[in-house]
Amino acid sequence: MTAVEIAAAVRSGQRSARSVVDEHLDVIADGDADIHAFNLVAAAQAQARADEIDGAVAAGNDPGPLAGVPVALKDNLCTRGLATTCSSRILEGWVPPYNATVVEQLQNAGAVVVGKTNMDEFAMGSSTENSAFGPTRNPRDTSRVPGGSSGGSAAAVAAGFAPVALGSDTGGSIRQPAALCGVVGVKPTYGLVSRYGLVAFASSLDQIGPFTTTVADAAAVLDVIGGPDARDSTSISQPQPPVSHTLADGVDGLRVGVLAELSGNGIASDVAARLQAAVGALESAGARVAEASVPAAVYGLSAYYLIAPAEASSNLARYDGVRYGLRVDGSSTPDMNTATRSAGFGDEVKRRIMIGTYALSAGYYDAYYGKAQKVRTLIINDFASVWEQFDLLVSPTSPTTAFSLGERTADPMAMYMSDVCTVPVNLTGQAAMSVPYGVGDDGLPVGVQIMAPALGEPVMFRAAAVLEASL
Amino acid sequence: MGADSLEVPGLGAPPDTEWETVVGLEVHAELATETKLFSASPNRFGGDPNTHIDPVSLGLPGSLPVLNEKAVELAVRVGLALNCRIQPSVFARKNYFYPDMPKDFQISQYDQPINVDGWLELPSGKRVGIERAHLEEDTGKTVHIGGGGRIHEAGYSLVDYNRAGVPLIEIVGHPELRSAEEARQYVAELRSILVAVGASDGKMEEGSLRVDCNVSVRPVGSDRLGTRCEIKNVNSLRSLGRAVEYEASRQIDQLTSGQPIEQQTRHWNEDDGRTHALRSKEEDYDYRYFPEPDLLPLDPSAEWVEQIRQALPALPRDRRLRLAAAAPSVDIDHIALAVERSMDELALAAISGGGAAERVMTHIVQNLADGSGQLTSEALSDLVGMEEAGELTATQAKKVLAVLVEGGGSPQDAAQTLGFEAMDTGELESLVDSLIAEHAEEWSRFCDGDGKLTGFFVGQVMKATQGRADGKAVTQLLNSRRG
Repeated sequence: MTAVEIAAAVRSGQRSARSVVDEHLDVIADGDADIHAFNLVAAAQAQARADEIDGAVAAGNDPGPLAGVPVALKDNLCTRGLATTCSSRILEGWVPPYNATVVEQLQNAGAVVVGKTNMDEFAMGSSTENSAFGPTRNPRDTSRVPGGSSGGSAAAVAAGFAPVALGSDTGGSIRQPAALCGVVGVKPTYGLVSRYGLVAFASSLDQIGPFTTTVADAAAVLDVIGGPDARDSTSISQPQPPVSHTLADGVDGLRVGVLAELSGNGIASDVAARLQAAVGALESAGARVAEASVPAAVYGLSAYYLIAPAEASSNLARYDGVRYGLRVDGSSTPDMNTATRSAGFGDEVKRRIMIGTYALSAGYYDAYYGKAQKVRTLIINDFASVWEQFDLLVSPTSPTTAFSLGERTADPMAMYMSDVCTVPVNLTGQAAMSVPYGVGDDGLPVGVQIMAPALGEPVMFRAAAVLEASL
Repeated sequence: MGADSLEVPGLGAPPDTEWETVVGLEVHAELATETKLFSASPNRFGGDPNTHIDPVSLGLPGSLPVLNEKAVELAVRVGLALNCRIQPSVFARKNYFYPDMPKDFQISQYDQPINVDGWLELPSGKRVGIERAHLEEDTGKTVHIGGGGRIHEAGYSLVDYNRAGVPLIEIVGHPELRSAEEARQYVAELRSILVAVGASDGKMEEGSLRVDCNVSVRPVGSDRLGTRCEIKNVNSLRSLGRAVEYEASRQIDQLTSGQPIEQQTRHWNEDDGRTHALRSKEEDYDYRYFPEPDLLPLDPSAEWVEQIRQALPALPRDRRLRLAAAAPSVDIDHIALAVERSMDELALAAISGGGAAERVMTHIVQNLADGSGQLTSEALSDLVGMEEAGELTATQAKKVLAVLVEGGGSPQDAAQTLGFEAMDTGELESLVDSLIAEHAEEWSRFCDGDGKLTGFFVGQVMKATQGRADGKAVTQLLNSRRG
């Protein structure tokens, strides 16, 4: 059942939330040993919450638009009373005293949190192999990675462990695993969803979004978690129209650009073929399609791998052993800081902290961080002129289908290339999503990325619905 | 640049060189908001350790800062009071590891501060340039146990985050102060301004006003600045003066003996009255400033700034100028003292009520050091009038004043209660006449011009009247009897 179907059944009393939750907990118990989507399954809490929802329904109250819907949360979203680790040793055992805004919103809408999902440590990675607690496997082929960094959330939805999961997307960490696992994944416009309670990786790029099996489910979740939040100064202060209401409006007359810089070089031919099929489907539905060009987009990955580590080097400074999480003793406070961080962080996190620290250092700032910010401005300007000619842009989400576990772990640059199509949109703050569109030559899922200007979610979802229906 | 400009000012100077001290101050003041700069925890001094905290002020993972509008308003008030330009500003992260900084970075303002290019006027009329006055968050407090209280040697450390996130304004002055006394006056003036505009309680002893002093010296006449040392841990106006004096003489001794000054951060030790090296410039942190991505740029509207300007109270400088205009013959130090004691309103009202300015100011400066209590401006004005009319002696007036401060009321009533009724002229005349008769020998010497005997007769009158008589009136009477 989809999330929309579950909510309708629970709200109308046709099904109990408890039975829905128990059914999903059974699937998790059967399947997660192979997949390792979860860092933590909160079975007892989920059942108790389901019973409360059933009580509300019995009392004639409406538990909300996501009544009884099991939700898996990426383990970088703070959950009061549930350990939040970011898949890092350094936070192992830390239990937040507060809920992220999105967690409150989901709970207020009647959703039931079933667990916390595995991820690349502090969201740094593209395969979920950088987890301190072991990798997650792709439910479509367990010899393959699920993508990352929100690989646990993508896998949980693909495996049927939960109809909805939340992830975070800093450079593609929702869209790329969604593509590799064959599910829908949305990176909303920066500021549409509150980041309060999302453990920061790169603050100016991070955005929370949903994984679902259908476009309508993603719309329903986005309508719940989008909106102003006084606790996040970067949240957009005007409420936005719901996405769900216009899902069926089609793409007739929309101007769709195929983004040349992200659709040619380096894209596997089977992935390119699926993009062509998607473009054909949009054209058949009445969209006017042409090639679009964002010349500066080719520098996106380079700019991203300076800006994101720079912000991360500062955001991750607080894991010093003083207040929470891991502490490894030393002969002085600075020694304790060093010992704790040396033991608590994995290699990729250390690599990015070093890159970021270097990029911000006196004498190097202008050449690295400063220049990367200029490139970011160029990309924003390039996109702005493209939006004068197009309503939406499309590209592949990932250059390839899911790769094998271990295939890219020894080569950080090859791993970074996984994000080449997704990163530009994080730099500009625009909306983007990945929609599954068939399979490649290896039989593994291929995702199509749809991009929209800031707050263009309603139009973006209309195109996603057309693609979904055309399969 | 010629070789001359590379020379260290004063290095190896002869012992008879005249030196000039150059001081630039960085003052941190805690802003008097209800809550912290980026969260809703109370901004309150004291409290049990770690009770004024929340996820944001603890820097918990996932927490985000939200700017306190009141803190911005107070910063704008300070900027306006210091004649600064209020400009669009950007918060930045200042990155360094320290256990009392929950995020291991401080949110501050760096290359785009909210207030720039102002000035402050000392009571002497000298203007001192203000480079900037920017907003930032305070740190917590760490106590290092063992190892002499230093972080590297401590057995363990305890941290209290109650102060973490308290809003600060950092006011950076140009190095235009030329003595310890000027430095002291600058901080005193700055403190009165901060208190006057309601931005801070200005309590140095509670650490809500903290001063870092940059001190250098150079031979008088040199136009180059010497190498400076930054002095930390100056916790009162008195220690500010002492620290600057000490540091200047230390630098002079060093230069005179041919050793250049090393740029250092130094710690003032109140107990031994010396400064001690903390770290050299090379050991300074690289703070890796970059714009705080969790906060939006700050751009106060011109209308809002104007509203704040309109609502500003009179500033100490304006109050001094006003009082000085009303009491033109009074010394500027006394004017400044009246303003510092917040008695300028009282003085102005008493003067405009008819009280002689000099006498009013004498009472304010000499007799009201502990506050004006119940004293009204009318009473002060009347009291001064009675003195002028010879109805009260200076000694009596002081006693009457004490009664008015304690319990209010009119000076006439107070004088009566104290038995200070002015004697009527007839009574005084007959008393003087009988004393002349009683002391014939002294009287003839007085008539021969022995001025010392004036005191004798006045003393006799005072003794007989228990101080009720007006000494001046007695002298006049004596002179008229002599003919």
